[in-house]
Amino acid sequence: MLALYLRDLKLGVRAGGGALTGVIFFLAVIATIPFGVGPDLNLLARIGPAILWIGALLASLLGLDRLFQAEREDGSLDLLVLGGDRHMLTLTVFVKCLAHWTVSVLPLVAAAPLLGLFMNMNPTGIGATALTLLVGTPAITFIGAAGAAVAVALPRGGLLISVLVLPITIPVLIFGVSASYGAVNDPDPFFQPFLILAALTLFLAVIGPVAAALALRHNGD
Amino acid sequence: MRLIAENLSGERGGEPVFEDIGFSVEDGESLVVTGPNGSGKSTLLRVVAGFLPAAAGGVRIAEGKEAFPSVASACHYLGHQNAMKTALTVTENLAFWQRFCGEGRLGIGEALDAVGLGGIGHLPFGYLSTGQRRRAAIAKLLVSHRPVWLLDEPTAGLDKASEHRFTDLMSAHCAAGGIVIAATHQPLGLERAKTLEMGRSS
Repeated sequence: MLALYLRDLKLGVRAGGGALTGVIFFLAVIATIPFGVGPDLNLLARIGPAILWIGALLASLLGLDRLFQAEREDGSLDLLVLGGDRHMLTLTVFVKCLAHWTVSVLPLVAAAPLLGLFMNMNPTGIGATALTLLVGTPAITFIGAAGAAVAVALPRGGLLISVLVLPITIPVLIFGVSASYGAVNDPDPFFQPFLILAALTLFLAVIGPVAAALALRHNGD
Repeated sequence: MRLIAENLSGERGGEPVFEDIGFSVEDGESLVVTGPNGSGKSTLLRVVAGFLPAAAGGVRIAEGKEAFPSVASACHYLGHQNAMKTALTVTENLAFWQRFCGEGRLGIGEALDAVGLGGIGHLPFGYLSTGQRRRAAIAKLLVSHRPVWLLDEPTAGLDKASEHRFTDLMSAHCAAGGIVIAATHQPLGLERAKTLEMGRSS
């Protein structure tokens, strides 16, 4: 399983891996918001966490369609499914999700503090948002894997995956953003929404790979 | 060990492709599946491997040792695609599949030598020619041990010398008690090969 993780990391980093597209998209979205909203610094600071979260959510959905499609095109998916008899296809999917998250989504979390400065957020807000992104984005990847597995046979499945997955990611967004606000605005709680966010991630870390493995097994052609 | 298929029927998109096929292959034997295009050779192999559900009947392993309780765990599958990543080197590709599949047999270098690709393991897989890619994919069969080889047009793109070498590899695999099931248009030159001709009835 470690071999699979390392292979996917290598593939993501090498040419054609597309690991950076998400970060560039994220950067483009956040950099244009201040121009659209105007130079109202207080307003920017107020909507900052929400904008960062929405940008990260959309950016992390970007590369998901290649998660299984690339494997299917070169025939590796068959062998991964065949190997699933030895070490559970669910686990294989889980490891692929982890590798995808490390390569494509972790850079978003790393870029979030810098982009938070664009939004005139204070250090506490930036830290809280980065922390909630770190905890919450794996959930998006895990449930996105289920969408990617369903759409694996479709040549342009990217948009379909986003449409399938977005409704399920809404709770993640809600609790992520409310925890970020909770850290800045005093009466609002930080820990309750943060813990629910962590629970969502753990929950989807199980549901997502199981659903994806089921879909991969049954789409055989 | 014996691989047995009984009353096997397969379908694609609801259309039956073949019906009532049965065979039994024992240790050291091979089965060559022939037939015109569209007669269901690939579908048969995919049903045997378990990628497609059988419309009727089933495939099972009899007298399998403890290491290979199910059909899927006993099979190597070599399909039309080579299942190698173009961005990784040949060695990296093979090392990954060896670690992923387990049951390591030959080393990477030995396997590459066996298919006549010694000394190019450091090249990215994407730089290889069609025949070389095929041979690298064949090397994948050698790096980890599986008693059953399911081969779908294994010699596509190979030159004469490589075909002979591949025949020798298959013979050696059978001689060591392995099973080969190959769908092909070309004679593979295997001894003790049973044949199954598809597309007769329809």
